[in-house]
Amino acid sequence: MTWYMTLLLGLTICTLAMALGAWGTWYERKFAGRMQNRPGPTEVGPFGLLQPLADLLKLLQKEILVPRGAARWLFLASPIVAAAGTLSLFAVIPFGEGIVVADLNIGVLWIFSLGSVLVLPHWVVGWASNNKYALLGAMRAAAQTISYEIPLLLAGMIPIMLAGSFNMGDIVAAQDGYRWFALWPPGPGAVAFVMFFMCSLAEANRIPFDIPEAESELIGGISVEYTGLWAAILQLAEYIHTLVTAAVCSVLFLGGWDGPFVDGPHWMLLKTMLIYLSVFWMRWSWMRYRSDQLLAICWHYLLPIALGLVAATAIWIRLVEVS
Amino acid sequence: MASVADPRVKDLAIGGVRVPAALVRETWPDPYMDIEDYDPESDLMSLNMGPQHPSTHGVLRVKLFLDGEICVKCVPYLGYLHRGVEKLCEKLTYVQVPSVVDKNDYVSPMMNELAVCMSFEKLLGIEVPERALVMRTVIAELQRLSSHLLWVGTWGLDMGGAIGGGGSLFIHTFRERELFLDLFEELTGGRFHYNHHTPGGQRHDIPPGWEAQVHQVLNVLESRLIEYEDLCTDNHIFQARTVGVGVIDPVLAMELGVSGPVARASGIDHDLRRDAPYAAYDRVKVQVPVRQEGDCFARYMVRLAEMRESIRIVRCLIDDIPEGPICGAKMVKLPGSQKVKAKEFVYAYSAIESPRGELGTWVVGQPKSASAYRCKIRPPSYHLVSMLPYLCVGQMISDIVVVLGSLDPILGEVDR
Repeated sequence: MTWYMTLLLGLTICTLAMALGAWGTWYERKFAGRMQNRPGPTEVGPFGLLQPLADLLKLLQKEILVPRGAARWLFLASPIVAAAGTLSLFAVIPFGEGIVVADLNIGVLWIFSLGSVLVLPHWVVGWASNNKYALLGAMRAAAQTISYEIPLLLAGMIPIMLAGSFNMGDIVAAQDGYRWFALWPPGPGAVAFVMFFMCSLAEANRIPFDIPEAESELIGGISVEYTGLWAAILQLAEYIHTLVTAAVCSVLFLGGWDGPFVDGPHWMLLKTMLIYLSVFWMRWSWMRYRSDQLLAICWHYLLPIALGLVAATAIWIRLVEVS
Repeated sequence: MASVADPRVKDLAIGGVRVPAALVRETWPDPYMDIEDYDPESDLMSLNMGPQHPSTHGVLRVKLFLDGEICVKCVPYLGYLHRGVEKLCEKLTYVQVPSVVDKNDYVSPMMNELAVCMSFEKLLGIEVPERALVMRTVIAELQRLSSHLLWVGTWGLDMGGAIGGGGSLFIHTFRERELFLDLFEELTGGRFHYNHHTPGGQRHDIPPGWEAQVHQVLNVLESRLIEYEDLCTDNHIFQARTVGVGVIDPVLAMELGVSGPVARASGIDHDLRRDAPYAAYDRVKVQVPVRQEGDCFARYMVRLAEMRESIRIVRCLIDDIPEGPICGAKMVKLPGSQKVKAKEFVYAYSAIESPRGELGTWVVGQPKSASAYRCKIRPPSYHLVSMLPYLCVGQMISDIVVVLGSLDPILGEVDR
């Protein structure tokens, strides 16, 4: 691709991702409404579809307050860093054959490494707020994200090993013909998929792993001091992170754009949205773990299982695929 | 650290109630510990939880001293909702008081009315007709149901957050609570502050068709209780958050005057409805659910069992409410018409089993006067909050929220 085509595609995907993140709130509120016996947003636009726009307009009018004693520049800059970092995760995700902004040969590594770097803006957000609740939330966020990095990476290793490539396009190509890694090889693939999904939830701070926010204990945790547009940016970063997570899940384990009839971006989008929906489903039906229980799950269960999975996959490749 | 080797462990004083010895702790945290002694270099973080905190159930302020996320010392500060209700009760006449105490425990308002009315009746020597007694019992149980419904929902909020599974539980329980509020609206015209009880009986008679409506609501609730159990009881996350958390020592609980479901979850088999029946509780056999674990999960199970029991009691009574007058005293036109006739001070105490425990009222009547000399309300929530300094030490912040929620204190009642 020429450079301007890449730029155009990047801008398009960026805008689409932000729009999907914003309308993800509508999607979630409608779904939550159905779960809770109420209609959800109905007033703004047909089916309340313009509700995200109305919310945005409302938030734009609000004053951006910087608390006294806060590290002003860090306070204002870190949500933007968080949102930009999260958006740039989309760069390597292939939505269809060749529809990818940056076809990196280490695409999966880009996702993992940027995901680990993203703990920093989140920590700074809490630290710079000069609020004890925010600080507690920040410490929880750091502990959680860093712990769950490891099983996430190990579970992500399984499709990489099976496909023999770090390139996301190659990984999807390796799953062509319904040999999706969540189904094949039977056993390790499915476990790895569930584990990857769980760890991604923890990375994206979703219930049952949303302890850095924990609005009933920490009153919103890291984002407690943010108002107006900055709060919206922080929220948007979170929604986009969940969206990216869903997209990565569907690329690594569910065969990306592979599907019946015509392969293409629509299958990718459908899978992503289904995973996105399951995140909400869990969110609106479960409670949250305590922070020590959360870390115990990671270190006591997920990590050993992940190591076992890597070994099992290696044996599978050696015995079945090579021979 | 105070240590306890209490002879009452085997046979306790209050009504000869036995408690499980396994729950009794040798040592308790000292709530009066000087934080300077514990931490001379002041490395601890002090955190003010409340008065504006979503999980303090009103306006309680809890000062926490945190070592990391673990609480070292916890000091509850009360009084943010003090409205001088007891003083008002001295200034107002006996007939006027029930409408004021409605606002004490705003989750089950008619319980407060019942409590003061019962002691006023004792004081003034007013007979309550049969019909009013049965109505009082039915209403009390309906109030208990609506109060426990609110508790399950708000406790879910404490554990799952407003944006999450807790929120779903909350909205589901509020959907059912709405049905109860409709029942009360039908009966009294009010949805929240009813002013229904009066010394001598009730103000409003049962509207036609109300009994059938009650049956319908109970049937709905009974089926929905199963849904809550599906959502919570067997859920791994719910159990992880509640089992073994905030275990209450029954001896300490008795020493602090804790009663109600919290005490019953710690093995204290005590319920005024059965042990000292009032209103029409002598007509039904009240089964008292008791659990031996003493943790948050036991409190949840006890409250759910209590809801089932309340449904049963209401069903027993609602169909044959005796005919007759609903008020034993003359319906008053003037607030001053109910007076103490004696020439000396008179005293009366009566207690009921409110959804939170023993709700008592101690009244001292002035001679030849239509208002009390002193009206002391003994709220169960006050004693529940006094457990906090013992329960919170060594817990994480998340657990403190859960423990506080599981006690179910109503701050309006604590501060009065």
